[in-house]
Formats: sequence, C-alpha cells, structure tokens
Amino acid sequence: ARGEFPSFPISPPPLSSRQTGTNGDPGRWIVLKAQILAGGRGKGVFNSGLKGGVQSCLFFSPSVVGELANKMLGYSLTTKQTPKEGVKVKTVMVAEALDITRETYFAILMDRACNGPVMVGSPQGGMDIEEVADKSPELIFKVQYCNICNSICVLLGNYCTLWISQAADQIKRLYDLFLKVDATQVEVNPLGETPEGQVVCFDAKINFDDNAEFRQKAVFALDDMSESDPTETEAAKWDLKYIGLDGNIACFVNGAGLAMATCDIIDLHGGKPANFLDLGGGVKEKQVYEAFKLLTADPKVEAILVNIFGGIVNCAIIANGITKACRELELKVPLVVRLEGGYCTGGATATTLYPYLCSQLLLSLTTPDLCSFVSHASFLAFLAP
Amino acid sequence: MEEILKLKDICVARGKKVLGTFHSQQAIDYGSRLVGGVSPGKGGRTHLGVPVFNSVKEAREGTGAEATVIYVPPPFAGAAIMEAIDAGMPLVVCITEGIPQQDMVKVKHKLLRQSTTRLIGPNCPGVINPGECKIGIMPGHIHKKGRIGIVSRSGTLTYEAVHQTTQVGLGQSLCIGIGGDPFNGTNFIDCLEVFLQDPKTDGIILIGEIGGNAEENAADYLKQHNSGANAKPVVSFIAGLTAPPGRRMGHAGAIIAGGKGGAKEKIAALQQAGVVVSMSPAQLGSTMFKVRPERCTQELVYLFHGSRAL
Repeated sequence: ARGEFPSFPISPPPLSSRQTGTNGDPGRWIVLKAQILAGGRGKGVFNSGLKGGVQSCLFFSPSVVGELANKMLGYSLTTKQTPKEGVKVKTVMVAEALDITRETYFAILMDRACNGPVMVGSPQGGMDIEEVADKSPELIFKVQYCNICNSICVLLGNYCTLWISQAADQIKRLYDLFLKVDATQVEVNPLGETPEGQVVCFDAKINFDDNAEFRQKAVFALDDMSESDPTETEAAKWDLKYIGLDGNIACFVNGAGLAMATCDIIDLHGGKPANFLDLGGGVKEKQVYEAFKLLTADPKVEAILVNIFGGIVNCAIIANGITKACRELELKVPLVVRLEGGYCTGGATATTLYPYLCSQLLLSLTTPDLCSFVSHASFLAFLAP
Repeated sequence: MEEILKLKDICVARGKKVLGTFHSQQAIDYGSRLVGGVSPGKGGRTHLGVPVFNSVKEAREGTGAEATVIYVPPPFAGAAIMEAIDAGMPLVVCITEGIPQQDMVKVKHKLLRQSTTRLIGPNCPGVINPGECKIGIMPGHIHKKGRIGIVSRSGTLTYEAVHQTTQVGLGQSLCIGIGGDPFNGTNFIDCLEVFLQDPKTDGIILIGEIGGNAEENAADYLKQHNSGANAKPVVSFIAGLTAPPGRRMGHAGAIIAGGKGGAKEKIAALQQAGVVVSMSPAQLGSTMFKVRPERCTQELVYLFHGSRAL
C-alpha cells in the first residue's frame, strides 16, 4: 500500500563503486538526500561547507556520487527545523532522479475539529509549504476523507484524466497506509508529476501514534534513537514521560497537566526548568528511584522540585523512592518536596522523608500547599540563577 | 448532561481486577451507589458485595444502572466504550490513558450518530458530585459540597483547583475531567452549558492546556452565552506556556503542532471573553474567591454563623 519510493539507502563507510547500488547510465541524474528526522533539508547547510541537504549530480561514475556523499556523511546538517548545531548525518539516500514537471503538496492527518482524518493539499508543492500557508492560504485546501478522491486530485491543480486516475490511486493507498500504521500524519511533499505523466511520491514524512505502539511493533522497531536526547531514551525505558529542556531546575511531578504547570511556575518566578517529567498514575517505587537517578545525573541540574498531588498515586511510594535515591546517590542539590492527596497524610510522609533530607542537603522542605511550594520555587530560582 | 447533576444513583464498574477493584471500593466508601461489575467470563459471581455480569447489556438489564466507568487497558478500551454505547448506557466514564487515536475516532463517529449515551474521557479522572456520587479516581476527601463548577483537561490540576476552592470555603458543585486526549466524548462547551444553567453553580473554573483549540471554542461560547449582568465569573489556568513546540507533553492532546495550539493564544482568547486567567495554578481558589458573586458571600456568611468552627 505504499507509494512509489525509489530508494537505495546507503550509509558509511565511504562509497566504493560496488556500494552505490545503482546501475545508472552515464548521463542520468542521481539525487542524494541526507537522512535526518527534520525537514527543510533542501535549504540546509553542512558544517563541511556543502550547501543543501539534497544534492543532485550527473552520474558519470560512482566516484562522483561518492565525493558528494563524503561531504555529507559524518557532518552536521543545520536546517530551519534542527537545533542550531544541526544533526549529524549518518545515512544518505541515493536515488535515481526523476524529472518533475509539477509539484503538489498532499497530506493526511488526524484533525480534532473534524473528529477524524482530513486531507490537506495544495497545487503549490515542493519546499516551504509553511510559506505557502503563510502567504497564500487560499492555495491550501482541507477536506474530510471520503471515497471520492477525484475531486481532491482536481484541487491539486490538474484536470487531466491520466493525472486524476493515478493520483486518486496514490491517495487511496496513502489513506490505507495512514490507517494501517496508525499514523497521525502522512505528508507527501512533493506529490509530483513526471514528464511521462507518472505520479510519484518524491518524499514523505510520517508521524506515528505513540498510543498504538502495542500493535505497531514493526514500525516502532524502526525507531532510530540516535537523534534523541539520551536521557529521554533512558527515561522511556522506565516508562517515564521525560522531555529535556534548557534550564537548571529539575521537575518531578505526577500528571501531565501539573508537570507542565510546574515548569510554568518555575518560569513565572524567573527560573528555568531543566525538564518536563510526568511519572504517571501507576508509578512504582523503582520508577521513582530511576527517575530521581536520571535527574541527579544531569550535570546542568542545580535544584529539584518534587510536586505530587496523588489521585491514583500513593504518596508513600514517592516518599520511599526518593529517600532510597537520596541515601544511595549522595544528593548534593537543594530539594523541595511537596506531597498532597494520594492516600497518605502530608505529615506522615514528611516524617518519613525529613530525616534523610535534612542530613544531606543544603535546603529541604516539605510543604503540602501549592502556594508555599510556589514561593519555595521562586526561592530556588533565585538560588540557582 | 443534566443526568450528571442528578446523579447520585447508580454506577457500574468495569475493568482490570486490581485497579477496578481498588477504585470501586473507594467509590463505595465515598457513597456512590455501585450496583454491579462487568467482567466477561466471570458473570454470576459476586465482588465487593455486588453481582458481576458478562456484558454491559446484561448488567444494565440486571441492575437498571445509568452509568458505567471503564478502567479497561488501552488495547481493549475502545471496544469497551462501543459496547457500553450499544447497551444504551446513558453515561460512560472512561479513565483509560493510552487509547490509540484511531480507536477513539471510531468511537466518536458512533457517538455523534446517537443521542442516548454521553461519554466523558478518555484519559480523565472522572466526574464527581461532591458528597453525592463519585465516578472515577479522584481523591474524594479533598472535595467539599459547594458552589463552583470545575472542568479540566488535566486530572492533577483539577485536584489543585478542588483543594484550593475547598480551602477558601467555596466548595464545588460538580467537577468534570474531560481528559487529555485529542479525541474525547465531552468538551469544554458541553460542561459550560451545564454550569451556566445550573442554579447551584455560581462560578466556573476552566483548566486547559496546549494543543487543539478547545479553549478558543470555549471562549467563543462564553462570549455568546455568558455576558452581561447575569454572567457567572469564570477563572482559568492554561498549562504549557513553557512547552517546546512539536513535543507531546504527556497527554496525547498536549502538543503544539504546525504553530497552532499554544498557551498564549488560548489565554488571550479567554481573556477577551471576560475570563480571569490566573498565570499560576496556585491562585485558582484565591482568584475565584476574589471574583465570587454576592450570593457566594451570603452562603459563606451563613455557614460561618451556622458553624463556629469554620
């Protein structure tokens, strides 16, 4: 059910003529695309000096391809969608270049307003769809998926029968793919036409629903963690929802909303959160311990805020996990702990925690009240600027 | 939605043995009238003093239950909701986090084509009419029967709002967790409609977060239906001002995608609708106390005089 993806992925070491994997004749065009998990590659820049994450060259000999690839492989590519330092390129896709006479944009994505999948398209495809959306929004259409794809094909700017029948077929296949892999988005840019009238999906980005991992094992096995924050990868192993941020005040919270709000509180008082962390409702003591270990191992963390309001979570589990971590990991940074709700009385948990915290730390407090927690947060922000 | 306000009657729990049992016992202890359980293959047994049935349909026929709460794990939760809709259950509360989006799209498709069942959730703590009926995982003891309606996408932030409104003496009329998923059964507007029409609700707390445009839609609704002399005060907090774009912040629905769904825009939209937006989640209770209507004060005065130990 996939579209046509002409592709011969290759990766280091540098190319020899045997490894190009293509039998292109001299005089045909080859395209090389850096394989990173970010868009805007066409206008990106390598730290080797090479401009453009998508390169094309006339195939006189495999060495031509090899030379270009060697300026990409192992170097960092910076685009509009990467961090400033760019992303290291470990894989380059080499493919036969096809002539494109027309480029359109087509995507299927889950849309809340429409309560399901919608198709978004534009006769203006190729690069910079964000710019099209910004400058010429009338060129972008959005329709709910229906079985009649022909009208969509016309909206993509071509009335000819050959285009319509092929593009409609591609769209149906893309929709099947969208459902089959539990995608939240399948974006083809460009969905193009060749001079021979062929409809080709020249590039695609697919976002997958994390909630469907249990039934998409093959898809998730393809997940390449090399571009991810190693702490995030480690946290995921323990089923912790962790996202690294830039600051120095770490957060340790139950519940996504409260976790986001805790980062907001830190920022509101002039501090900078080091991370988002949602322990989740069913968190076990071992996970609490591992989460604490992750936070304390981060060299940029200079203070830790624990903010727990137990619904499913039992505060005693949190308290026990933290005290074990404090004992074993020689905590050196100030820690503010707030425990509320969760089938314990604040006082009892404080009694469990306090002896361990006091003896090892610069500053520790347990406070059930969010207001005083906030004021301690602002104190910490002051303490760890 | 009116049935939730009147709900003190009946509720059926369905789910995994341990979690379902724990929370069902909590519900019974709180005073909710739990009348049965559903566990396929275990029909005919008794658990926690109530009969167990093989299906929701059998449970509804056997007990006359008007509500059901679902604790089923993600791979099967979508089907469990469908089954409850097929059984004609008036109220379905789904606690489960992690249901695939496609499954919920199918559920929504079915929900929108019928008018018997109201779904709350998924990925939510549930709904509570303090002092009367608790359907879900919220800690009952922090609630106090009172005058403030609370609606929220986040469970833990709901507990904060509840805790604070209890502490300032206002209490809660009804608390509804609509959940953190992008496709759910009940939205802000559904709840605002109930609160605006409920004579026992004097003020509203709305807790939102990044992702989607439910808060903007709520703001539009409030502009049209909650203005003028009889407007009820609405206090809000929106989580995620510091969230980086493109990342899923815990909740499946909490993601700033394609430049849309940020907290700043939501805050602005709500403020334009006359909502008092608190920049800190720690000031929901105190802010509501400041903007409470006169009749709330009278109630508090009455309570103070009525009970010296306030």
